[in-house]
This record gives sequence, structure tokens and C-alpha cells, in this order.
Amino acid sequence: MAANVSLKSATPAYDAARVRRDFPILATLVNGHPLVYLDSAASAQRPLPVLRAVEDYETHSHANVHRGVHALSQAATSAFEGARERVRRFLNARSTREIIFVRGTTEAINLVAQAYGRPRFGPGDEILITALEHHANIVPWQMVCEQTGCTLKVAPINRRGELLYEEFAQLLSSRTRLVAVAHVSNALGTVLPVKRIVEAAHAHGAVVLIDGAQAVPHSRVDVRALGADFYAFSGHKLYAPTGIGVLYGREELLEAMPPWQGGGEMILTVSFEKTTYNGLPWKFEAGTPNISGAVGLAAAMDYLESLGLEAVAAHESRLLALATAELARLPGIELVGTAAHKAAVLSFTLAGVHAHDLGTILDAEGVAVRTGHHCAMPVMTFFGIPATARASFGCYNTEDDVARLVAALGKVREVFR
Amino acid sequence: MDLKELYRDVILDHNRRPRNFGRLENAGADVRHADGHNPLCGDRLTVYVALNGERLEDIRFEGSGCAISTASASLMTEAVKGKERAAVRKLFDEVHTLLTRHDAEPGAALGKLAALAGVREFPVRVKCATLSWHTLNAALESGAATVSTE
Repeated sequence: MAANVSLKSATPAYDAARVRRDFPILATLVNGHPLVYLDSAASAQRPLPVLRAVEDYETHSHANVHRGVHALSQAATSAFEGARERVRRFLNARSTREIIFVRGTTEAINLVAQAYGRPRFGPGDEILITALEHHANIVPWQMVCEQTGCTLKVAPINRRGELLYEEFAQLLSSRTRLVAVAHVSNALGTVLPVKRIVEAAHAHGAVVLIDGAQAVPHSRVDVRALGADFYAFSGHKLYAPTGIGVLYGREELLEAMPPWQGGGEMILTVSFEKTTYNGLPWKFEAGTPNISGAVGLAAAMDYLESLGLEAVAAHESRLLALATAELARLPGIELVGTAAHKAAVLSFTLAGVHAHDLGTILDAEGVAVRTGHHCAMPVMTFFGIPATARASFGCYNTEDDVARLVAALGKVREVFR
Repeated sequence: MDLKELYRDVILDHNRRPRNFGRLENAGADVRHADGHNPLCGDRLTVYVALNGERLEDIRFEGSGCAISTASASLMTEAVKGKERAAVRKLFDEVHTLLTRHDAEPGAALGKLAALAGVREFPVRVKCATLSWHTLNAALESGAATVSTE
């Protein structure tokens, strides 16, 4: 009895081996080796509860949403709107009116660029981003600049891959209309001081969009505590299916924005003379949405919270620290992105070996890493390298995965002796 | 999946010490160049050719890329230097067949280029090996252009 009590009161150790069993794909053999999946920053794998929720929805509940009085349409609508409420709770948003389902982070940013930026911005206005951004948080703003004549400003980073905050703050002015920043850099893993950024931007009257694609899997995000005006993320990096993502937007901002795409779902009445638009959030959801994706996303959030977001984050931090120490010991390895505050991403180069060759050799050993520019070519240019290899960690990775990565890197050196 | 088939000694050697590497300056000749880019991995290279009528008098390349693209470019420069354009085109066809057809036996004309045969077992790497050839084609055809593998 006493032993039971003490077991209960102790913090339970994170059981990554048990978590792994929830992910059937991790049992795959790759080139004869058990898969070591270190590419969750590109796309995470799906646990059984997500797969089952999607299958269950497709098997028992599918019809179009908001379209019919029949039983299945009601079931589908309830599943879809239930998923929206799940997302609201996950982000601690005030209202489901602030949760827009989109295809992913990229679509969310484009929506804000076209429905918020394009109608408002003009010559003399500035959009401020950072040198760490993913192409998805650069190109949509360049398009708005071309369309409206406003200017894109870029806050610099240092050699560790950290935002130079003072330089960033100096770029803020009354001309700054919008600040768009990553919460976590996809290429380097740097965690940006988004709360501070939001406060500084608001002091200058600018709204802030946070690209949270790499942050939501690794930390608890509270959009109200952050003060974010817009927050975007993708389901598939959060152990949910591809093709579903979320744009959170403060209600008064979304309310004032015109629709982005026209079609079904986003209207109240249509005649050839005049169409009236639907209210939030459906005003921004033209066409039949990704219903099963939303159901899968809600299941992924349930799953992640059942593991404990904090426990997952702590586990990933331990793996990152271990991998960082192990790789730093290997000759020729250079870590790219050594910020003091990082999420579970380890970008590196190996002297004399191009990242693409490294990726092929690791793959032959069953180790999946991302190689290339990670859709962040300006970051690569800043470091003067064409590409890096990037190992990223998720809830299912283990210390053994780190050991397999290190062993496979030994194999790379053997081939390129 | 045999890594030794992909990273043969000839490939590793040409990666480490690429032949005919650098810019080509030849005031007297018809010098053309083209840029090649593989957006998937960021490989970039420039191929310079000096033509004398139909004859490819000289060729050099520069840029940065993986071992397969660097070695392929280096091997290519050795193979085509001094050849007529028609012969270069024929050689390109043979290399392309070698890289994409699993049943293709390397013909005798390929010489050292036969070392690229292992690449075809790694489909995502075929573009690395063909980048320099497409870039050479662009240099020969139009003079100055950028070709992309995508």
C-alpha cells in the first residue's frame, strides 16, 4: 500500500517505448533496418487514436456538413464543429468564431495576407518579418508588397540563429502594419520571444501573425496569453492528417476582413444581384471542408494531451540535449543553429560531405532525416551553406534513435573516408 | 541497396578532386555558359563551353553540389572535351539510358561514365547525376539560360 502511494506521487517517467506502440508506421523496416524517424518537423506520424478517429468518422458519420437535415449530415456537422471546439480549447481561444479550418499553415498565412493585408496596406506601409522565416512566411508577404506597394522589412539574426531583438525593435515604427514571425524556426529550431515581439509590435499599432507550425507540437500555446492577433499551424506536424490546419484570428480582426474565397458554405444568401456572407468562422471556409482531417486533428490534440504536452516537451528536450552532445563529439560535424532556447530540431553539416549524400547514406541505415534548405533558403544563405541535414524529434523518439543516428553518421564517414 | 554501387571509387575521387573545375575564359573562342539548379537539394552549377564550329574545344564547370552531381559534372567534362556536338548529344542519350533503364548495359562508349550506373538504384538521386548534362545542353543550345531539374 505504502509503495503504491509513493509510486503515485512520484512523477511518472515518460514511457517512449509505450508511446511508440501507438504509431504503427514505426514498425516499418527501411532498407532492412527498423525505421528511425527523425523527420517529424517536416511531418509527424499518426498514432492509432488518430487513425481510428478518421476511420470511425468515414465508416459511420460521413456526409456533407451544414447541408442537410438527415442523420449523417448532422453527425458530420457535429463531429466537425466538435473538432473546432477542441481546437479552441487547445489554443485557449475565446470563441470558436476565431478558429478557421484551412489546409495548413501556408494557407492560413496566405489567407491573412490576402484578406487582411491586401485591402489595407499601401505604399509607405511596412510588413516586418525575421531572417528565420520559412518560405511560407516570406512569399505571401512579398506578394502583398507587389500587389499594394507596401515594403517588406527583415529583422536580422546572429550566428547562433537567434533573432537580434534590438535590431528587430528598431525596425518597428508607425509604418509597421503587420509583423509576421515564426514561433519556432523550422530550419534551426530557435524559439523566438514571441510574447515580447507581440508587445513591442502592439505598442507601434501593428498586428502580429505567428507561424506556429513548429511550436504547437512542442509546447502549450495559449493565444490569449501570447496576445497573438493571428496564429497559424498545420495538423500534420501535430500527429494529425495532412490537409488540415488552423488559422486563429482575433474575432474583431476576422469580422472586419472580407472573405478570401467565394463559394458554398461562406454565404448566407446568393442572388445574381447581391450575395450576403456567412458569419465567422464559416465566412472563411468556402467549399466543403476537410471534415475527416478536422476529426483527426481533434483526436491528435486529445492524444497529445493524454501524454501531457509538458511531459512530451521535457522528453524532447532531453533527446535534443543528448543528440547535441553526441553530435558535437563527432569530428567534422558542425551544428547549425545553436540558440540558447531551442525546440527539438538539430540542423548540422558534416565537413566534406554534402547533406544530400549524407541523407542517402543515413536512409540506407534506416535513419530518416530531412536534407536540403528546409524551405528556408535565406537562412542557408546567411550561414553560407547550400543545405543542412536536420534531425527532428517527436513524442515517439528514444535515446536509441539518437544512438542509431550517431552510428549511421559513422557509416557516412566510412563511405567518404 | 548497396552504397558501394552508388559511391564507387571513381565517383568519390571525382567528388574530391573535380576535373576541369572553374570558370572558362577564352577570348578567341565562342564561349557560352548556362546555369543549372536542383531546387530539391540546392545544387547549383555553371557549365562553360568553348566551341570551335561544331567542336567542343574546351569545357569547365563550377558550383556546389552533392558528390553525385559534382562527380557526374567532372566525368562529363572529361568525356565530352574535344568531341563534336553530335557526338556529345549521342553520349548524353547513352548516359540518360544508363541512369534510367534498369536493364541497360553500359556501352563501351561510356568509358568512365559507366561508374554512374549505381545511381539508377537511387531514383531520387538520378536528377543529381543528370543536372550537369542538362546544363551542358542548355549551354550548347541557347548560350545562356538556367535549367532546373524541376
